[in-house]
Amino acid sequence: MTPLDTQSAPASEAPRPGGMSTFLANLLDVPRSLYDSIVRHGPPTSDRTKSQTVVSNFFLHVLPAHIHVDSLKFWATCGLGIVTGVLFGLLCVTGILLMVYYKPSVAEAYDSVKDIVFVVPTGRFMRNIHRWAAHAMVAFVILHMARVFYTSAYKAPRQFNWLIGMVLFVLTLGMSFTGYLLPWDQLAYWAITIGANIAQSPRELTDALGVTSWLDVGGMQKELLLGAHYVGQEALIRFYVLHVMVLPLATCIVLGAHMWRVRKDGGLARPEKPVPAVPPPVSVKELPASTRSWGLMAVVKGQSPHVGAEMEDAVPAYPGALYAIAALSMLTVAASLVLGYLFDAPLKELAAPTVPENPAKAPWYFLGLQELVSYSAFMGGVGIPGIVVLGLGLIPYLDREREDAGVWFSGRRGRTVAVASALFAVAWTVLQLWFTVRFGWLRNWYPEIPQLAITILNPGTVIVAVFALWSIATVQLTRSTRLGAIALFTCFLVSFAILTYFATVHRGPNWDFYWWPSMWPRH
Amino acid sequence: MPGRLEPEPIPRRDFLGLAAVWSAVAAFFAAAIGALRLPMPAVFPESNSKVKLGPPDAFRPGSQTHLPEQKLWVVHDEGGLYALSTVCTHLGCIAGKEKSGEFRCPCHGSVFSKEGKVLGGPAPKALGRLALSLAPDGQLVCDTMTAVDPATRLKV
Ligand code: HEM
Ligand code: FES
Repeated sequence: MTPLDTQSAPASEAPRPGGMSTFLANLLDVPRSLYDSIVRHGPPTSDRTKSQTVVSNFFLHVLPAHIHVDSLKFWATCGLGIVTGVLFGLLCVTGILLMVYYKPSVAEAYDSVKDIVFVVPTGRFMRNIHRWAAHAMVAFVILHMARVFYTSAYKAPRQFNWLIGMVLFVLTLGMSFTGYLLPWDQLAYWAITIGANIAQSPRELTDALGVTSWLDVGGMQKELLLGAHYVGQEALIRFYVLHVMVLPLATCIVLGAHMWRVRKDGGLARPEKPVPAVPPPVSVKELPASTRSWGLMAVVKGQSPHVGAEMEDAVPAYPGALYAIAALSMLTVAASLVLGYLFDAPLKELAAPTVPENPAKAPWYFLGLQELVSYSAFMGGVGIPGIVVLGLGLIPYLDREREDAGVWFSGRRGRTVAVASALFAVAWTVLQLWFTVRFGWLRNWYPEIPQLAITILNPGTVIVAVFALWSIATVQLTRSTRLGAIALFTCFLVSFAILTYFATVHRGPNWDFYWWPSMWPRH
Repeated sequence: MPGRLEPEPIPRRDFLGLAAVWSAVAAFFAAAIGALRLPMPAVFPESNSKVKLGPPDAFRPGSQTHLPEQKLWVVHDEGGLYALSTVCTHLGCIAGKEKSGEFRCPCHGSVFSKEGKVLGGPAPKALGRLALSLAPDGQLVCDTMTAVDPATRLKV
């Protein structure tokens, strides 16, 4: 470029009266030119500008420019993932506000929460919202997972995103577990004491095998979690760091990967429409080398020839998807506000390390586990949850039947299997609980029995084994891994719900059975 | 002919590239493990596990004394003194003594005999016996971190 060019370029753009008048004109123009510098396309009226609206906006571009009409229907997702995400956002906002006053020290934590409740303007409200949104987030994570499962949305190419979802599930539970300690009241103290000892419960196994002295996994886990052998200042700081920093940050990152994968996996799972004009899909391997010149389409996994055909049913994501998300957010936030306004989050007496709560109950989503823990600490707290998480993670790799993505229950047969499994799980779980409450278990019959026998054979492991057999039988009978998976998932979900209900309502002081909490002895 | 004894040589550039990548991976993991060493406590905050319980004569023969702060019972039977921890061996709640003399844990209903043996519930082992000794000043001392055999007695 010659010096001459540089001088002539600006001159040609506008007449140059120069000086103050240009300055004033620019000043008056600031709002418009600012807007133009942010939004670099026309109003979203045409298909093209609607796409640009989404694609050129950092926050909107989690959405694809075009979305399949079926993905926008309510029954495609029930909006569950979005609600979970909104709740997470709400928790971050209210959590940061709580952080302004909360002090993570044994001497001050409880008082600072009391200040939040009784002194800080809107403090009680914010704390209530934080608490109820946290409960709701756990519930919605589970519901979202169930939706994905029952609509076969974990199948190729979405297997890995199912795994990412599992990580988010565990992170969510981790956040609520660590948050539970922070108020430092009786509820918090004893729930976390139990939780930390569950982390130590592999000792039950190593003790039974007699190897604890040189391989003490349980002890190490507990020390890592608590920084001590009891729940004290070290534990509080650790839980605080995990709760307000490590886990939310990890969740943000993993959530980003989750949303990104949704797009890369070709949008949400949806039923394949029959596409007559297109030849059946061929895998890359089967193609003769010479025809492998089909650009991006070859990189995209899946049945790429369908992509073009299906675009016909796509609509611009703007504004339809955006409205849907906005509406769900409004509903979620509104519901949380109403809950927070009407109901106070519990706050018991200051933590007392020598007087346990009776009964000491974990938050509801861990109560099912607490019931299992009351049979065997290791199996209930580590063994069975480990099996369940592993089993859930393996589902997409064991069930690889390809058809019916996006169809609830994979159609009629699946629905039948789901209903049958639900009934079976209700019957078996109730029977097992009744039996255990009525007749006790091995220790009551053979007081001298070695612990290992109880660790291996207890009501919890019996339930797991029966459900495993039930679903293997389903696979055998129906010759379908998908139906077997439906059987197993349904059994576990239903049984989890019953155990949770049972431990919430029917377990009282000393973990004894009561028909109703009002029948608990007063003391 | 390349074979098992004379494998095809890896081109030098590939070898160096692979070596670089794998040493980076190894270094990363070593660093991560090193970083994880930090939260693994080397020193525990519990300052002193030994607590003085007062003069031994306070625990008369045949007596059973509850020390709630220390979470233990001091029992004086025919053999001598022993200390029975009330920390439940299931998940760490505090078991309370019933009128019958048995211990019951409020958290998941473990039941222990007077001597701490498991009678029912999920507890995997008996209540702990803690080491007792006499301090130079004659006071009874309990080491709350040291478990001893149930047959152990301190003669006074
Ligand atoms: C995202 C999922 C989250 C869940 C499930 C969750 C759960 C909880 C729970 C159950 C409590 C005890 C609440 C109470 O007793 O009031 C709590 C307290 C707290 N949370 Fe969260 N939380 C989440 C996110 C966050 C975030 C992102 C922050 C901050 C960046 C945060 C900061 C706090 C603070 C400071 C407290 C203590 C205040 C108190 O106990 O009232 N939380 N959280
Ligand atoms: S902690 Fe005592 S029974 Fe569970």
